[in-house]
Amino acid sequence: MKSAVVVFPGSNRERDVMRALELASGVRPAAVWHADTELPAGTELVVLPGGFSYGDYLRSGAIAARAPIMAAIRAHAGRGGLVLGICNGFQILTEAGLLPGALMRNAGLKFVCREVRLRIETTATPFTRSFAAGAVIRCPVAHHDGNYFADAETLARLEGEGRVVFRYVEGTNPNGSAHDIAGICDASGRVLGMMPHPENLIEELAGGTDGRPLFDSLAAA
Amino acid sequence: MKARVIVTLKNGVLDPQGKAIEGALAGLGFTGVESARQGRVIDLELADRDPAAAKARLTEMCERLLANTVIEAYAIEVGG
Repeated sequence: MKSAVVVFPGSNRERDVMRALELASGVRPAAVWHADTELPAGTELVVLPGGFSYGDYLRSGAIAARAPIMAAIRAHAGRGGLVLGICNGFQILTEAGLLPGALMRNAGLKFVCREVRLRIETTATPFTRSFAAGAVIRCPVAHHDGNYFADAETLARLEGEGRVVFRYVEGTNPNGSAHDIAGICDASGRVLGMMPHPENLIEELAGGTDGRPLFDSLAAA
Repeated sequence: MKARVIVTLKNGVLDPQGKAIEGALAGLGFTGVESARQGRVIDLELADRDPAAAKARLTEMCERLLANTVIEAYAIEVGG
């Protein structure tokens, strides 16, 4: 699996996700600079990592979503390429219009850094095939603007089409997001955005391997 | 030419920061504040000389960057 992790000024989880991808696939991902205009030839998966791109200036992910590399990512997604946005990456995908809705300030107004429990709502995506259907996993979150919002019609469509991929359960919604949504995909199921950080729970040294199946799914995709 | 863009949350979008402001005002003894919603002001200095052309460009700036039109509305003031 040839993957590319995009680095914006202020990204800070790119090494974590590169490690997760390399452990699962045996192939080290390429790092792509935000100001580049092309992805490496043969890229199958593009990852937008967590962090504070552009310091969250204007709105989280707003400026990164207009970076030069985004045109190539849009084209990649249009061809059916895989795109994974984690945390700031999810914010960038909604700002870029590649996923619907918006990520707003956490309902409790505080930056939240804790572990939540996520239910895998669908195993029908290239990101979740290696999970057991309906499995509940531990996962860390670290964000200030993770409150997923979309209008009623969009929410109904997401639920009806099975596009909610991860949901906060057992009372662990850390940000007030609508329908306890933690991650969604586009209509093709090949563009996924999620607020939690599965890349930070992939080995026992980090406290668990609950996030590992996401990367195993991708390695097998 | 001076221009001002005011970005506000659309009706129906919850504003916890506005709620926090309401609570803080009440705590200071200001009664009768039925609601507060927080927005953002962006002041610009443009090289345009024609207000109509400036307004058209500002509209495009709002649609493409300054406002997230999923959740925000914007108002443009030009000149003055």
